[in-house]
Amino acid sequence: MQEFLEFFSFADANIRYVTIGSVLLASSSAVVGCFSLLRKRALVGDAVAHAVLPGVCLAFIVSGTKNPLILLLGAFITGWISLVLIDYITSRSRIKEDTAIGLVLSVFFGIGILLLTSIQHSGNAAQSGLDKFLFGKAASLVGEDLIVFGAVAILLLITTILFYKELKLLCFDETFAKSIGFPVRSLELLLTTLTVFAVVVGIQAVGVVLMAAMLITPAAAARFWTERLGVMLVLAAVIGAFSGISGAFVSYTAPAMPTGPWIVLIVSMVAILSFAFAPKRGWVARMLRRRHNKIQILEENLLKLFYQLGEQHEDYFSNRTLDNILTRRNIPKSQALAGLAKLKRQGYIQRHPDGWALTREGEIRGKRVVRLHRLWELYLTQYLQLASDHVHEDAETIEHIITPELEQKLMEELNYPALDPHHTRIP
Amino acid sequence: MNAFWIILTGSLVATCCSLLGCYLILRRMAMVGDAISHAVLPGIVIAFLFTGSRDSIPMIIGAGLLGVLTTFLIEFFHRYARVQADASIGITFTWLFAIGIILISVFAGQVDLDQDCVLYGEIAYVPLDLWLTEDGLSYGPQTIWTLGFVTILIIAFITFGYKELFLTAFDPGYAAVIGISTTLWYYLLMTAVSLTTVASFESVGAILVVAFLVGPPATAYLLTDNFKTMLIFSVIIGIVASIVGYYLAYWLDGSIAGAIATVTGIQFTLAFLFSPTHGLLLKNRKTMAV
Repeated sequence: MQEFLEFFSFADANIRYVTIGSVLLASSSAVVGCFSLLRKRALVGDAVAHAVLPGVCLAFIVSGTKNPLILLLGAFITGWISLVLIDYITSRSRIKEDTAIGLVLSVFFGIGILLLTSIQHSGNAAQSGLDKFLFGKAASLVGEDLIVFGAVAILLLITTILFYKELKLLCFDETFAKSIGFPVRSLELLLTTLTVFAVVVGIQAVGVVLMAAMLITPAAAARFWTERLGVMLVLAAVIGAFSGISGAFVSYTAPAMPTGPWIVLIVSMVAILSFAFAPKRGWVARMLRRRHNKIQILEENLLKLFYQLGEQHEDYFSNRTLDNILTRRNIPKSQALAGLAKLKRQGYIQRHPDGWALTREGEIRGKRVVRLHRLWELYLTQYLQLASDHVHEDAETIEHIITPELEQKLMEELNYPALDPHHTRIP
Repeated sequence: MNAFWIILTGSLVATCCSLLGCYLILRRMAMVGDAISHAVLPGIVIAFLFTGSRDSIPMIIGAGLLGVLTTFLIEFFHRYARVQADASIGITFTWLFAIGIILISVFAGQVDLDQDCVLYGEIAYVPLDLWLTEDGLSYGPQTIWTLGFVTILIIAFITFGYKELFLTAFDPGYAAVIGISTTLWYYLLMTAVSLTTVASFESVGAILVVAFLVGPPATAYLLTDNFKTMLIFSVIIGIVASIVGYYLAYWLDGSIAGAIATVTGIQFTLAFLFSPTHGLLLKNRKTMAV
């Protein structure tokens, strides 16, 4: 607790630098990452991250200094070339995108390592620390670096806000964007440039390998909570910032701990929890929904059977035994019994010594399912010209889905019909 | 002699990786190979913690398990949680790699490993780590034995499973009809990829594994339309890269793994430009002649 307060009072200048740095880097790359993710180019960031290394080394060889601006410039140039190369290889040969990404990534990184080791062996004393690009050293960010990286991060955020509308259209409907005269090529170039910037800056925090996570993971997590791009961007930035702070905190309390991997670990946990538990899109929510649907279909099928049995003798409320019910439709016995018990609890049927009988409510609900089934069959035969013996299967599925509004619409379209295509009455 | 051992190591890794890479790139799974090669790190560390040594067998088992777990997680996130395929690859491997690095930091005192070693290895040390018997006889570097064993295993796997691997990669529907389990062969292939990664990480590092998995097969893919020829070409290309890479590194006084990766890039560029059938320049000339 003591450490917690100490950390969050931000009294120590060093803590301030590291935290502000991590937060800025993490959230700006998260925002840009949203666009890469939506354009299905998530792994491109990984390639750029690796391709940055030869640029840094070349910049050092040419300039002989470790001025962050010059190194960033070198990194930016090779990062950018790598993206252009991936596009060029995929469009000009039969090499697929994933292969092109893997190739560019490993070859550029190989060149980088070759140059880096060559520089290290050359005995140039100024080179020490050049390899921090490889693994990131968020915990050792100092004032000068922070100003450069912070400026780039803020620039990224501002550009994204300024071009929000254009980028949004590029992600969701490129063809439309082109047709209304947007400069799609330049926008793509802008997005590429933003991605490279985000990677070049983000590598400072987490290093080459983990950079891909800074781009993709917050974006993928945010995608599970919302359908709106604006909200997604904000959420991704918040998730990025949160993991930035947590990573800085962990390495503050345990100085041996590397900041970058902790940031990535935390952001991954947030993402995995989102995949599992996000409302609507999450795995659990979808499982529950599927189960709920399955139960609803079983119940409605049972009520439909009761109603159809009743139709035979115009007698809807008599007792039916289990065998009675299951002769018309093959439902596993245990499932049928569970469904019947549930229907009884809900008051749709009543238990009798030798079977079950519909209640008034049960009869209404059963009647509705049967009506929807027959309405749909009629609709298919009349409007899609399907043969009357081909429509049953489809109606079996749709009868559980049609809403009262749709039902009304169908009735109007079909002019309040009395008979279905098999000449049975529509109740 | 040292040059010979180093080039031999490179060639063995090249053989395993190029063979497997042909399947990966045709299945459009090149990046899965990349992911596995990074994600085995926690497996290596955990195996190290359990045994306290760099013994090959526990490491191979640990990393092999992690490789399969990686494949499984990528599939799981993609299929059940509906995460985009490329995002699911990226999230899985960075997550596992981060765990690996954190484990290394937590047990820094006990684990004689670091992340640069995993990323780009040090092939130059291969000849130093000799396998000596008790009476002082030397059987050559240990790595060669491990890698040689893995190479034989991979070649056997591809020879005996040729039909199954081929069918599940190119015509999964037909494979399923004649009773070949697509899932089983998919996971077997991924296990083979993890095995190769682990066996080669110490000597060449993850980056060279990726370079060999993708580079030579992609180059061979531009040179031939026959799958068997592609397998053979990519092995030859990989071995040539090892030899040329070694001398390039010697000349520049730099990392051998980095140099070999650079050479695979040069080979690809040459094929990309001058391949008789698919090269950019010659293809253009042909269409111009017509």
